[in-house]
Amino acid sequence: MEKPCLPAGREKFNIVVFSGDMDKVLAAFILATTAASMDMDVSMFFTFWGLNVLRKKKLTSGKNILQKMMNFMNRGGADRLPLSKFNLLGAGPAMMKIMMKQSRVPSIEEFIKIAKGLGVKLVSCTTTFGFMGFAKEDFIPEVDSFAGAATFIQGAREGKISYFI
Amino acid sequence: MRADVKLDCFGLLCPMPIIETAKKIKELKVGEILEVLATDEGIKTDMPAWCKATGQEYLGVEEAKGEYRVYVKKIV
Repeated sequence: MEKPCLPAGREKFNIVVFSGDMDKVLAAFILATTAASMDMDVSMFFTFWGLNVLRKKKLTSGKNILQKMMNFMNRGGADRLPLSKFNLLGAGPAMMKIMMKQSRVPSIEEFIKIAKGLGVKLVSCTTTFGFMGFAKEDFIPEVDSFAGAATFIQGAREGKISYFI
Repeated sequence: MRADVKLDCFGLLCPMPIIETAKKIKELKVGEILEVLATDEGIKTDMPAWCKATGQEYLGVEEAKGEYRVYVKKIV
């Protein structure tokens, strides 16, 4: 019988969520929630398109016209993520959501709640945040912190597993 | 096998049976046995792996007609 990890020595699992594609984000949340339920400290670092998972559904955001145009095209919201394949102008994700519901697979929004319940930390990248012109009000309240690359690297150095999705 | 608490995960796919198990085990007292009912075959290897990670004791699986009954004893 192996001894369990002591609370002070809990292993860390760090994931960079670069992608904003529903299928890839789903894989990230499956691994994050599983690791958390296996007594690991889990941190998900959302950057670039991945930030769309944590953005509120707003028509647009940004401080200047370029940012507003980009953020209008690249709309946020965990329930409006595209698929990495067979997106078909949104028909693909719509079909996928129905199939997931039929198999009782949680949606991305549900996975955010499950992850938070298990103590998974959701971190938003400040660089993407800065050049896209986002404000903190553009993000859902489930975000734990706003941080940069050094935070992730230090977490990865201390970590047992680190992934980039 | 005798179990103190049952957890119904029929129809749930990976990783939900494991996540539900992690939540449920907190309600048990040390020494009690949890029976997890599942239809996802992944449970056969996932539950021993989960037990190894968390320090709980994996007691085994009973399989019949695509239904799995997995037993876990709470140790910590």
